[in-house]
Amino acid sequence: MDELPIKSGDDVVRVRQQVRTVAAKNGLSLVDQTKLVTAASELARNTLVHGGGGVARVEVVKSLNGRSGVKLHFTDEGPGIADVDLALTDGWTTGGGLGLGLSGTRRLVDEFELNSKPGAGTSVVVVKWSR
Amino acid sequence: MDRVPILKIGPTLFVSIQIDLQDESVILLQEDLADELAATGARGVIIDITAVEIVDSFIGRMLTMIGSISRLFDAETVIVGMRPAVAITLTELGLSMGGVRTALNAEKGLEILNGKT
Repeated sequence: MDELPIKSGDDVVRVRQQVRTVAAKNGLSLVDQTKLVTAASELARNTLVHGGGGVARVEVVKSLNGRSGVKLHFTDEGPGIADVDLALTDGWTTGGGLGLGLSGTRRLVDEFELNSKPGAGTSVVVVKWSR
Repeated sequence: MDRVPILKIGPTLFVSIQIDLQDESVILLQEDLADELAATGARGVIIDITAVEIVDSFIGRMLTMIGSISRLFDAETVIVGMRPAVAITLTELGLSMGGVRTALNAEKGLEILNGKT
């Protein structure tokens, strides 16, 4: 499992590149690779901008029926999210964005889990399975 | 940080993105293009994203904004060369890129701009 720091815009690019490499090596189609890398980009930016930096982990996983997949963990020790359901709504935003980052990311992956509490940081875990 | 070069050919500004875009590079490109449009009076902008592997919500929003900014300088922006996987992902993400023109490649993008003048 690879662990990558997210402390700058350069780190976000490195996370994307690492996710692309692992996804390509583990049988994800080009479209699925692109979806997962795009999701990683959104989540890494959230970790950097809203979480004040953190860590990404890239992991290869196997399902019970033998399919391989790529699992990504993003964790930060930032201010956390007060209303997780609201944050996952299309169009909801804290800044000047479109509010598609989290809600859109959820559509790009097969599994999505977000844990956050105000003051206790945020962790997001996503999985994309090969078809 | 990497800077994206802007080429002026006749009344058109050409931008070909050949780097792995980080947020700061896109913001810089937006500022450079606005300066260049003001300085040259160019009537059109072609942004080639053939080499761009992903467009996420931030990059997509910035590209759309470049379209809006160039309109304030009476110039039209055409984004060309989007990869099929990027188009599928953008749509699923929920980004419509509304307000900015797209074309299959640079040649078709130029045809759109030439039809305008």
